[in-house]
Amino acid sequence: MDAWLLPRSRLGELIGALSARGYEVIGPTVRDDAVVFDSIVSDAELPSGVGDRQEPGRYALQARDDGALFGFAAAGHPLKRWFLLPEEPLFRVERQGSSLRFVPEPTRARKLALFGARGCDLAALAIQDRVLVADRYRDERYAARRSGTAIVAVHCGAPSASCFCTSMGTGPRAAGPWDLALTELTGSDHRFVVESGSALGLTLVRELGLESASVLDRVRAAKVPVVAAERITRKLATAGLAESLAQNPGHRAFAAAGERCLGCASCTQVCPTCCCTTLEDVTELDGSAAARHRRWDSCFDLDFSYLHGGAVRQSCAARYRQWITHKLSSWQGQFGTSGCVGCGRCITWCPAGIDITEEAAAVCGAPRKSE
Amino acid sequence: MTDPLLPEPMAVLRFRRETRDTFTLELDARPRGGFRFAPGQFNMLYAFGLGEVPISISGDPLRPAVLTHTIRAVGPTTRALGRLKKGDCVGVRGPFGTPWPLDEAQGKDLLVVAGGIGLAPLRPTILSALSRRPAFGRVCIAYGVRAPAELLYAKELERWRGRIDVDLEVTVDRGDPDWRGHTGVVTKLLRQFELDPPNTVAMLCGPEVMMRFAARELEGLGVPEPRIYLSMERNMKCGVGSCGHCQLGPTFICKDGPVYPLTKMTPLMSVQEL
Amino acid sequence: MEIASLARSLAEQPFCKELTQAQVEFLAGCAKNARFEIGDYLFREGSLAESLYLVRSGKVAIESYVPGRGSLKVDTLGPGDILGWSVLLPPFRWHLDAQALEPTLVFALDANCVRGKVQADQSFGYAFMLRLLAAASQRLMQARLQQLDVYKAELR
Repeated sequence: MDAWLLPRSRLGELIGALSARGYEVIGPTVRDDAVVFDSIVSDAELPSGVGDRQEPGRYALQARDDGALFGFAAAGHPLKRWFLLPEEPLFRVERQGSSLRFVPEPTRARKLALFGARGCDLAALAIQDRVLVADRYRDERYAARRSGTAIVAVHCGAPSASCFCTSMGTGPRAAGPWDLALTELTGSDHRFVVESGSALGLTLVRELGLESASVLDRVRAAKVPVVAAERITRKLATAGLAESLAQNPGHRAFAAAGERCLGCASCTQVCPTCCCTTLEDVTELDGSAAARHRRWDSCFDLDFSYLHGGAVRQSCAARYRQWITHKLSSWQGQFGTSGCVGCGRCITWCPAGIDITEEAAAVCGAPRKSE
Repeated sequence: MTDPLLPEPMAVLRFRRETRDTFTLELDARPRGGFRFAPGQFNMLYAFGLGEVPISISGDPLRPAVLTHTIRAVGPTTRALGRLKKGDCVGVRGPFGTPWPLDEAQGKDLLVVAGGIGLAPLRPTILSALSRRPAFGRVCIAYGVRAPAELLYAKELERWRGRIDVDLEVTVDRGDPDWRGHTGVVTKLLRQFELDPPNTVAMLCGPEVMMRFAARELEGLGVPEPRIYLSMERNMKCGVGSCGHCQLGPTFICKDGPVYPLTKMTPLMSVQEL
Repeated sequence: MEIASLARSLAEQPFCKELTQAQVEFLAGCAKNARFEIGDYLFREGSLAESLYLVRSGKVAIESYVPGRGSLKVDTLGPGDILGWSVLLPPFRWHLDAQALEPTLVFALDANCVRGKVQADQSFGYAFMLRLLAAASQRLMQARLQQLDVYKAELR
């Protein structure tokens, strides 16, 4: 496979080339003591020399001494908020006498280039595509924003203690489709080995006039995700998992998790595949017009399962069971894959430090690590 | 293909009060060439500025010019719908959901078991069956409500009872001094019908507890589990399977249901808070 | 009436399904036919329970009188239903009223006779009690479901 060399000093040109083509570049940057994805215009905004430490209920940035630009694991927010907007107006309702007129709101779509997306991030996008575009109902707004998205992926070299992409087959090497994929090689000669996966990728390579990567660099680059995989310690045992979850709704592991779970919905916020939404109706104060918005929702919200005077899933245990069973079991029957990509964000960002891999193992009958 | 998330305005042709808290809206479907649906399906009905509710279609599938819904006022949106008059407008999205398997009942005995407002989603199936009555064996209807004042479609019930080719039994949980009919739960009525249980298709709709008890009773009588159908309910928002709200275990009620065979529901109904 | 033909009719009752022919004939010795017209009371609350009834046709309302609210129906029974296990349990008095809503034909089984037979023939007694228990169990399940008041609106 062809590979090229991009010196670190020239990385900004790649961002510039994408911008020049009309893409809004979404890349990692440091904000509020975390690495998040956001609009960037130059490589100066990338998290240079920034690493992270992630584990159950803990996230902290660390300084790196190698100036790596992608030396961290899963960014605090996933990429989903650019495609399934956290809040989006769907239509206006105008009252004309006693009749109503429903006026659809135009779709807000920008051409996006995802810069620095990891294997787990891309796997999650593919999962959301399956749910929102390739199912019975095609979400046109989501589809419009996804179409034409350019992707510059990064093969992971610095997994965290929360990561378990190896169990889910989603990393550390990013599977396609991507336009370009970068592997960072730090050292005195800080550079990137670049692979192309599309016509756009090839065009960018040619436009930047990149030289071919040496055999040695290709070998070094190939090793990066392999070494990263060896460093991943967290595992999700997937054999028989879907069946165990589906067939044991009374397992005491759910009650145990429910005791610790705060129902705060952080996990669903940071999970890159969670895409539940709700529809909210609002009115002008004078009652002349109304509108409907779609916004993110979470199965941990008490109102989520509201029916006839109360929520069906009142207890935290029931809501935790719903989330983990949907993610790791029901999703299979519904959409053909697991709903989880092993990014570990739910583990890191859970204030109670609940670990999905541990809870899953408990339901499958494995003793807890703390036991 | 119109956007299933965008409501369609429809005018109220007629408002009919059924009971103290239940009413029927008949909507004008003529401007859009009729509203075709299969018995058991539902629409999302929008009351201006307030929100939407999932309501089963309760009209005659052979008369698509009028779209009918029977609604119980239990919250702000349904109460707002209950204040509508002829000429007012509602938003309609649908039809959504799986229908009652009436074709499966052809050549067999058809048993309809309705509790409370559960008769509304079953009404289109009853009308459909009666419109081609010879296609079925016996047609039996068991209908239970809380009290005589809660009976829906009173005049139509009398018409159905008057037919010699229909077996209709009605019961109330609590009778008043003038009530001369059955008193007690609807499950009691099931033994009274002359059915051929192994060749019966049963369609149940009502509060989940009532359906659980009735299903057990029917299984005890010898109706095969895959031939007992229930109409299930959960929180409903988008109606098209993308918002996640209506999941009952691994199934989406808006697109895999609301009508399910008992075989699919037995493992799910026994789990609390599912 | 001849016991033999009474026994044949009695045997057709669902209640007697699990009894042997001999047991049905044994029971028939306590039975006679009875008819109630619309509005007749089969029994009233508090009175001595002198018969066990098996409904052959018609409809019987089980009622309780509540001062200020009148006679409230809690149940209706029809063909195949049994009423009156009060005859076998002290204080051998009725707990509720039973009124015929339609012309109703019943088998009336004399309480003393039934009590005597249950004690005299233990294996008959066992089979009979088991049938009563089944009927009572089903009636209790139905009463529980009725009590849940499932059609009551849950208001928001």
